[in-house]
Amino acid sequence: MRRRDFFKTSVGAGLAAGAAMSLGGYGKLWASSPASASYDMIAIMGGSPEAMFDLGIQELGGISAFVKKGQKVLVKPNIGWDVVPDLAANTNPLLVKRIIEHCFKAGAKEVYVFDHSCDNWVNTYKNSGIEKAAKAAGAKVVPANSENYYQKVEIPGGVKLKSAKVHELLLETDVFINVPILKDHNSTRMTGCLKNNMGLVWDRGFWHSNNLHQCIADYALFEKKPAVNILDCYNVMVKHGPQGVSKEDIVQMKSMIITTDWVAGDAAAAKMLGLDPARIDYIPIAHKMGLGNMNLDSLNIKRIKM
Amino acid sequence: MTSSFLRRFRTGFSVVVLISLVFVFIDYRSFVPEKIKTYFLYFQFVPSLIKFIHLKTIAAAGFLVVLGLTLFTGRTYCSFLCPLGITQDIFSRAGGKIRKKFRRFGFKKPFTIIRYTLLGITLFVTIIWGIYLVTLLDPFSVFGRFMTYFGKPVVLVINNFMAGIFGKFDLYFLSHNEIKGFQVIAYIIPAAFLILVGSMSFLKGRLYCNMICPVGTLLGLLSKVSFLRIKFNIDKCSRCGRCAIACKSSCIDFLNYRVDVTRCIDCFDCISTCPDKAISYGVVSIRKAVHKTDESKRKFVAASLLMLFGLARLARGQEKSVPVPKRESTVKENKTFPVCPPGAGSFEHFTKNCIACSLCITACPNNVLQPAVRQYGIAGLMQPVMNYHRSFCTYNCTVCTEVCPTNALKPLALEAKKLTQLGKAIFIKDNCIVKTEKTACGACSESCPTKAVYMIPYEGNLLIPETNQDICTGCGHCEFACPTVPYKAIFVDGNPVHLAAQKPENEQSEMTTPVEFPF
Repeated sequence: MRRRDFFKTSVGAGLAAGAAMSLGGYGKLWASSPASASYDMIAIMGGSPEAMFDLGIQELGGISAFVKKGQKVLVKPNIGWDVVPDLAANTNPLLVKRIIEHCFKAGAKEVYVFDHSCDNWVNTYKNSGIEKAAKAAGAKVVPANSENYYQKVEIPGGVKLKSAKVHELLLETDVFINVPILKDHNSTRMTGCLKNNMGLVWDRGFWHSNNLHQCIADYALFEKKPAVNILDCYNVMVKHGPQGVSKEDIVQMKSMIITTDWVAGDAAAAKMLGLDPARIDYIPIAHKMGLGNMNLDSLNIKRIKM
Repeated sequence: MTSSFLRRFRTGFSVVVLISLVFVFIDYRSFVPEKIKTYFLYFQFVPSLIKFIHLKTIAAAGFLVVLGLTLFTGRTYCSFLCPLGITQDIFSRAGGKIRKKFRRFGFKKPFTIIRYTLLGITLFVTIIWGIYLVTLLDPFSVFGRFMTYFGKPVVLVINNFMAGIFGKFDLYFLSHNEIKGFQVIAYIIPAAFLILVGSMSFLKGRLYCNMICPVGTLLGLLSKVSFLRIKFNIDKCSRCGRCAIACKSSCIDFLNYRVDVTRCIDCFDCISTCPDKAISYGVVSIRKAVHKTDESKRKFVAASLLMLFGLARLARGQEKSVPVPKRESTVKENKTFPVCPPGAGSFEHFTKNCIACSLCITACPNNVLQPAVRQYGIAGLMQPVMNYHRSFCTYNCTVCTEVCPTNALKPLALEAKKLTQLGKAIFIKDNCIVKTEKTACGACSESCPTKAVYMIPYEGNLLIPETNQDICTGCGHCEFACPTVPYKAIFVDGNPVHLAAQKPENEQSEMTTPVEFPF
């Protein structure tokens, strides 16, 4: 009972702090750097993951537009599969490392990294190269392999998904930075920003058996939203996703999408894969639910070629 | 030698052996590579013997060393190397501490008929029928099951408690490990043995080793001609009887200056105890002991054996009446064969050579190996079986094949393992979410490491799974990931003989590196 109380208070405090901070972050974004904030999306092409991120985040006013001094940050890459970095089933470790470095530079007190992996988590953390890269940058790489780490939260307005068990660090951190990798996906056709959320929750089976697309969109209603989405499109798995079979599945696109609108991010990502965003059901569903804007034409996108 | 150094040496040595073997079984974070763990198991008699029958190499000749050692020194194996024996010494010591005033071992007659009958039956059954009794009685396996079924969960409870505390302080070097028990029925035999071995050693020292253990009895027979043994110096002996009282094996008949070598385990307690320095360890001529039977003890042993086997039978009886859960998916998975672990080669080879020591079960990083209840039939009780409702086999892993001490699981190189087909994925369309709910899922195909399960267009915008069994390895990730209950929409049917899976073919994508943003 005491433990539960502890969690309740800490979760409550974390949420309050998180909400306040993220509001503060956005407020600052609009107030202090109006020029940079006018972009809904930054798309970069042609550089290394690190160089593209350095340049892209600069256009949004630097990571300090999102991360304030003394804040706790969650960097959530895709670490789903026991696959080496070259096969691009997991977020590029170099990118993860660079983001963490930026966070610390902006004065972050602590940076956490985890993913609820599909393969054995120990192997996955290790063989993805992310554990090593994140630790080298000073982040805490945290397990997400046990239900013990998850807290039940309500999702008001969810059509199919009305509650979920989310990792306690999502609730306890002040800033959530979503770092998915763009991949083909066998059933949803594409995985990107919204689908990366499946690594934040415990019971994915429920999503699969209760209208996967609707659940993916529903989860995006949850109040703890990412401050920014950094979509890795450097090496892109264009078929046999999300796990891949061999290097023949990979096309080097040397691109990156940085956006505060994850529905827009996914719509742009779909086009990178040569797909119509409207055919990826969770994108139009999320758009209709007001969770973001899939009409890229109406957005202010900064395109950079390096 | 009359020095008390012998006993101290024995204690120190056996503690090191026991700690190593406990560690082999509870190393849940894989601190030590599997290859090194196999060295710890080299001298374990029964595993080494079975392995030798297959490989006939020095790498599996540990049991020959034990036989040689026994011919030379007597049953030192039981005191120095047998993990179950050393565990009993601890129980026995605890018993002595608690019942200090009443603890008197004293000389007892051997249970000659029982122990030789058990050894005979074990040999007979093993040769004629199968490995069942060895599985049941081999001390290494019994110890292994204690560690796997009871020891490791305790360690995990402590780990999780500590992980919880450290987690509060934002430290995550320990992670929480879910403790998932086995099927209750699988616990019956290990629990019965824990009670049997525990109480016997607590009260009567090494009675289990000298009455039930077939390895003990076999080595005892060899000890009859052993070179070194415990002997009396009649001139020095004052017949105080302290040696007999201290003897865990109750094998010292001090009035006649005799030590029953078939039961003496060379623990050297008597040497340390003797105030006259009349007992020593050295070369001695062979003498014959006189036997008398003790009816009440015989009855006790017969009753406990009946209970033991009776329990096993009871377990089998219960297995039939497992309640069927609420039906949601409708078509039952029709498994014709259980899935044997990688390296098993075939159902037959595996079930004939596995002694259910459970090392692979505890070593498996994914907990996919579970003790069989009825999958392999009665004789295969507790042998490991792949349970894909529980977990799945990691594509990049060969741990179980590396640790197996009997060669029931033959070592597989990683590349060979990736092309070994343990079974075949079978899709049941009528259970599939895509058909029954008309919504997207694809959890099976997503999980498949070779894309033996892939998605094809279905109604509207939906995709539905299809299988290519040629490249299926039978890892079971699809079955594990499938969200339907109670029956899965995809399952792996075991291959009675493991087959070669074809390497998945893959062509370079037609897509190329973009030069312009497509939006």
